[in-house]
Amino acid sequence: MKEKLHQIKLKYQGKKMAPAFNALHTFLYTPNETTHSGGHIRGADDLKRTMNTVILALVPCLLFGMFNAGYQHYSAINGFPESFSLFDHFLTWDNFWVGVTTVLPLVVVSYGIGLGIEFLFAVIKGHEVEEGYLVTGMLVPLIVPVDTPLWMLAIAVAFGVVIGKEVFGGTGMNILNPALTIRAFLFFAYPTWMSGDKVWVHEAVERAGTADAISGETVLGSLAAGSDYSYSLADMFYGFIPGSVGETSTLLILLGGLFLIFSKIASWRIMVSAVVGALAMGLIFNGIVDAGWLPEYSKFYTLMSFPYWQHLLVGGLAFGIVFMATDPVTGSQTNKGKWYYGFFIGFLSVMIRVFNPGYPEGVFLAILLMNVFAPTIDHYVVRGNIKKRLKRFKTATIYPKSSDEVDSLKTETA
Amino acid sequence: MALLSKKDANLIKDPLADNNPITIQVLGICSALAITAELKASVVMAVSVLFVLGVGNVVISLIRNIIPAKIRIIVQLVVVASLVIIVDQVLKAFAYELSKTLSVFVGLIITNCIIMGRFEAFALGNGPWKSFLDGIGNALGYGVILVIVGFFRELLGSGTLFGMKVLGDPVTKTGLYSIGYENNGFMIIPPAALIVVGIIIWVQRSRNRELIEEA
Repeated sequence: MKEKLHQIKLKYQGKKMAPAFNALHTFLYTPNETTHSGGHIRGADDLKRTMNTVILALVPCLLFGMFNAGYQHYSAINGFPESFSLFDHFLTWDNFWVGVTTVLPLVVVSYGIGLGIEFLFAVIKGHEVEEGYLVTGMLVPLIVPVDTPLWMLAIAVAFGVVIGKEVFGGTGMNILNPALTIRAFLFFAYPTWMSGDKVWVHEAVERAGTADAISGETVLGSLAAGSDYSYSLADMFYGFIPGSVGETSTLLILLGGLFLIFSKIASWRIMVSAVVGALAMGLIFNGIVDAGWLPEYSKFYTLMSFPYWQHLLVGGLAFGIVFMATDPVTGSQTNKGKWYYGFFIGFLSVMIRVFNPGYPEGVFLAILLMNVFAPTIDHYVVRGNIKKRLKRFKTATIYPKSSDEVDSLKTETA
Repeated sequence: MALLSKKDANLIKDPLADNNPITIQVLGICSALAITAELKASVVMAVSVLFVLGVGNVVISLIRNIIPAKIRIIVQLVVVASLVIIVDQVLKAFAYELSKTLSVFVGLIITNCIIMGRFEAFALGNGPWKSFLDGIGNALGYGVILVIVGFFRELLGSGTLFGMKVLGDPVTKTGLYSIGYENNGFMIIPPAALIVVGIIIWVQRSRNRELIEEA
């Protein structure tokens, strides 16, 4: 198989379709052209390895999402089980099968369309196919509602990859996170499929208006409507709640996040500062409620009085912080900048959550906004550093060396 | 015997393609974003600008030798403003609904950079006939983009063209809507126009690589 691919590759070398075959070969095997002996040390952590590590961290979320799709579906029909047991009610074949029929097509469409466009652009522009879409393609199905029509997803993916990434020059050049661009496009283009209490549970849309109508409102949705939610804290933490496919389980996201931190793929600075930012905004809102500045009939009352730390358990905040905010291309590059960048993502997410009249979720908007500001933050961090050094240089006393070498000066900070 | 000499014909042809006011000179973007959600509004806007720019260019060209250089901008403004008021009154009299849709943007033709730009760059230095052709050409170049953007935004955003339901009825689920198609709400909001204009710029520049600016 490997030899065959290599032969095909050689045959098409220099032809128009060459990048497509090269990509297929590199994706499946190590290319024959790499050096096998001699004084070369090759780092193993190339782009492919990086992307695969992130995908590995996402797999638990995907599997959980597949089971949860079934669990929410059957629970909405039959009622939630009274005494919940993980193996009897959650990890069942019935649940998994619902996941296979609803979530897997999303994954297939996302990868099919996205990689197809990447191949197309590589062939037209004559460069190699980059691995950038591998992670995006996995993120996309995890951040959309389970019943998103496939053609909508296909259009959104095409839009996100072309307008969000390829027009800027492909992987590594994009300003905005492509997965979130796709999410934002879906949200603004087809809002009825992206919000409300009908889209989070499989088949809820088709059943609407009939005798066996079902619904499942997200925790944030209930809060925004001013009503209470019926999920316990443990449900929220483990993820047995309605929501986008892969973002419900805070536990698995936490594990994935730790995995990314220890494999040094994602920046812990961004994650920590984003959590701090979210908590800070949550505390401010709680403080406003506690101080009695907000009348109880205000439409923001329920969301603002939501305990500050629970914001991390519901909605896409945890998922966004771990897998989206840490995107190395669109985030801040400087270490100091990462603190500001992360902090504002958390801070703005919770703020948008509370004040957004149309939709009680703001993580994707907050991250996209900070994506835009990331270069500015970096610019000022670098400028600040230059200024600091210039100041140090000005106050420094420079002693000429006692030797004859005039140009070797010794600098000491005063 | 051609109707126009080659040089004169180019005055009309250039702004339509390689020297388009919107996609090449990047002027008049604001109105292109604001009023292109419907094709009808785009067409009316294009015709209004065609009138203002065509007549305005001739007027400025006729009085170009007696305008004191120091106050020429004010003179130009007076000319545009008078013409825009005529357009506005005509719209209010004969197409009241439409003039409400276009709201302030008819008035804002005064500030459309294309118009002042052509007055300054062309009408002040050329005769009335050439200025007329130049005005018509630039207004058409502006109008073409407006109509293209309006076409795609109305078709994809509302499923209609000139208000006619060409893709079927979204409420009673006929036509395309019967197989699950839905209107793209993103196309209704102004940022979509920016993206459509961007795609037009992209297509135009990849067809004619000489138009690509040095980075």
